[in-house]
Amino acid sequence: MKARIKFRKYGVMKFIGHLDVMRYFQKAMRRAEIPIAFTQGFSPHMIMSFANPLGVGLTSDGEYFDIELTEPIASREAVRRLNEVMAEGMEVISFVQIPEEKKATGMAIIEAADYLAIPKGEGGWITDAQIDAFLSQEEILVMKQTKKSEKEVNIRPWILEMKQQDDDVFLKVLAGSAVNLKPELVMGAFSGFCGSGQDAEKDFRYHRIENYARKDGTLVPLDALGTEIVL
Amino acid sequence: MRKLALSDEILLKIEKPARYIGNEINSVMKDKEKVAIRFAMCFPDVYEIGESHLGMKILYELFNRREDTWCERVYSPWTDLDRIMRKEHIPLFALESQDPIREFDFLGITIQYEMCYTNILQVLDLSGIPLFSKDRTEEDPIVIGGGPCAVNPEPLADFFDLFYIGEGETVYDELLDAYKENKKKNGTRKDFLEMAAEIEGIYVPQFYDVTYHEDGTLKSFEPNNPHAKRTIKKQVVMDLSTVPYPTKPIVPFIKVTQDRVVLEIQRGCIRGCRFCQAGMIYRPTREKDLETLKQYAYEMLKSTGHEEISLSSLSSSDYSQLKELVTFLIEEFKGKGINISLPSLRIDSFSLDVMGKVQDIKKSSLTFAPEAGSQRMRNVINKGLTEEMILDGASKAFEGGWNKVKLYFMLGLPGETEEDMKEIPRLADRVARKYYEIPKDQRNGKCQITFSTSFFIPKPFTPFQWAEMYTQEDYIHRAYVVNQEMKEQLNRKSLKYNWHEADVTVLEGVFARGDRRTGKVLLEAYRLGCLYDSWSDEFDNEKWMQAFENTGVDLEFYTRRKRNLDELFPWDFIDVGVTKSFLKKEWERAMKGEVTPNCRERCSACGAMCYQGGVCFEGKN
Repeated sequence: MKARIKFRKYGVMKFIGHLDVMRYFQKAMRRAEIPIAFTQGFSPHMIMSFANPLGVGLTSDGEYFDIELTEPIASREAVRRLNEVMAEGMEVISFVQIPEEKKATGMAIIEAADYLAIPKGEGGWITDAQIDAFLSQEEILVMKQTKKSEKEVNIRPWILEMKQQDDDVFLKVLAGSAVNLKPELVMGAFSGFCGSGQDAEKDFRYHRIENYARKDGTLVPLDALGTEIVL
Repeated sequence: MRKLALSDEILLKIEKPARYIGNEINSVMKDKEKVAIRFAMCFPDVYEIGESHLGMKILYELFNRREDTWCERVYSPWTDLDRIMRKEHIPLFALESQDPIREFDFLGITIQYEMCYTNILQVLDLSGIPLFSKDRTEEDPIVIGGGPCAVNPEPLADFFDLFYIGEGETVYDELLDAYKENKKKNGTRKDFLEMAAEIEGIYVPQFYDVTYHEDGTLKSFEPNNPHAKRTIKKQVVMDLSTVPYPTKPIVPFIKVTQDRVVLEIQRGCIRGCRFCQAGMIYRPTREKDLETLKQYAYEMLKSTGHEEISLSSLSSSDYSQLKELVTFLIEEFKGKGINISLPSLRIDSFSLDVMGKVQDIKKSSLTFAPEAGSQRMRNVINKGLTEEMILDGASKAFEGGWNKVKLYFMLGLPGETEEDMKEIPRLADRVARKYYEIPKDQRNGKCQITFSTSFFIPKPFTPFQWAEMYTQEDYIHRAYVVNQEMKEQLNRKSLKYNWHEADVTVLEGVFARGDRRTGKVLLEAYRLGCLYDSWSDEFDNEKWMQAFENTGVDLEFYTRRKRNLDELFPWDFIDVGVTKSFLKKEWERAMKGEVTPNCRERCSACGAMCYQGGVCFEGKN
């Protein structure tokens, strides 16, 4: 039986990198006594796969990973037990059963993600008019770092939505294994476009709101693909 | 939510920010307004090393059990953050509250190895605490040192207000109560130090005067304060099963050196190897009760979620109920995906059998520590291990399917001849020969014998405390002799030789047996920029040599001299149980190559019986 866990990462936990978050949850599974399955072999490890790793420095309300269970456990019970053993800055939000097929899990199903870009100083310089002008460009060319080199790409088609939200900027962008657009890249291009002199890394902090998969042509949060486990 | 001492900008710029944010599972948070004593417990090295140390965890548990005390942790900031903190004048802080160390009542520093001494000065300096005890005011924390290096605290005497000699479980409560009492009656710092000096096991360096002979050796070591004791008695816990044990240890976010549950099964060692300080200063050997250990194993795996459990002791094979304990661990936890790690086991049929159950034979290697290559030398150091035992263990291991073996040796032991050095690679070769005695069709390719040498450093309170050390060039020559001889061996293609740095060895030797005058070398080295000296990438021998030159301290006085049997040592005011006359007798027996039986075979009247327990009274009730 497969289960998907959704969690929040906030506060000082934003300084814990992806690999350490994985280690953290492996230990948390044992503390909470979740009946998780192991691989076979001499050094068995937990069957656990994370979707769309979050960079160091980012907070999130919608992180996911999938696990394999050896026996069913009620969703509410699992959430309660896990939250009893969490550190401050980690909160489990949901625990749902997901379909058994292989392609239903992991990074491959991610299609998009929502982010907030939060200005660290005064945010008043951002206006809807500027965002509209920015988005109405035919091409938004930026230099994107790949493993081997740097190349110029057009990120305009990857921005699904961008708008002002109080003093912050809301972004819905393509994510996943095919295209994964980082919000820093968008805000860098936007600051350049406005000539505001803002630095995408230094002058904003970023918060991920949700990760989406596609179901029947529309984007749905990853845990909407699962069902509550009731015993 | 807690406010961090460092800004986001800094934390995102430095390596591994998780070293500095606290918040780990099982870390202890208290309301600082509701405690009377704030204790900052420090391991003066980087987080991953300090957070792996069992002693820190024991003291953290011990202090935090007291409702009136909040113990927090502090480690050396890594060099990247060190630079930023100095530049931006950010004071060093504790991980839990993130409050500056200078606001604490105590700063306790565990002193585990000599090459961390400059990091102690770094911690004081970054905290804004005056480096010298004499310069501290009522506003500064009481700086207290402990741990194995505290058995010769003299090189650090000027920097500490007091030292706790021995195991922490005995008189810390008394010390903290005295502190509270003194505070209540508005006593001064000096009043407290005088109260502390009355407590057994507590040494207050400023209450003693030291004089020297013309030849530089110690002439006298006398109390200058009526509260100070002439002798400081090392503290030992007699009932290990009932003292507090950290059953809810902190679970770090980042991978630390000991990323597992550590089950301490005993303290002390019955063996009496003459080079080994731990084997002398933790006497008498005391075991923990089997049922208590089983209970701890359950509780700790549950409270941490770790996937591995390891036994801790100086020589696990000597734990009298080892078989029962290991069988229990395998039966109870192996099926739950828990790794079981069994360090410091003697290689025999039993240990090979259990190791075959808990590790992947094809991938793992077996470790032997013969310490010396020739039987003559093994007798000198009292390593109760014959060549037959080593080769027999190796044969059994090879038959069991292992083909990787690690061998540990020491070079530069007292009276070592060229022949003794050459016996090291020869022994490694003889181990390899055992492998090739197995019929070819039953072997698993070639064998791999890795042998390493470290250079011997004489330590206080060992029979070798009188021994001379050699020069750096001489040490390098010794390693060269071993390396050349290796090339002459039949199975040289199956042998690999590693050796330890020689320059660090010489420095460790100075501070291991140093006196108060060596403190100024430390300070000068620190001023010249020495830090993290136990990290080979950071260690800078030239700066150290400069520090000796600038202070006019003669390095060779501490290393090259063969001490006279009647010399007064800087650490002689400490009574560790084992007597100087016993050590002297052992030194003389060593020179004659005579072996001394272990504590269970026959008592040799070392002096540790004065603690009225442990192995000295086994079977005597």
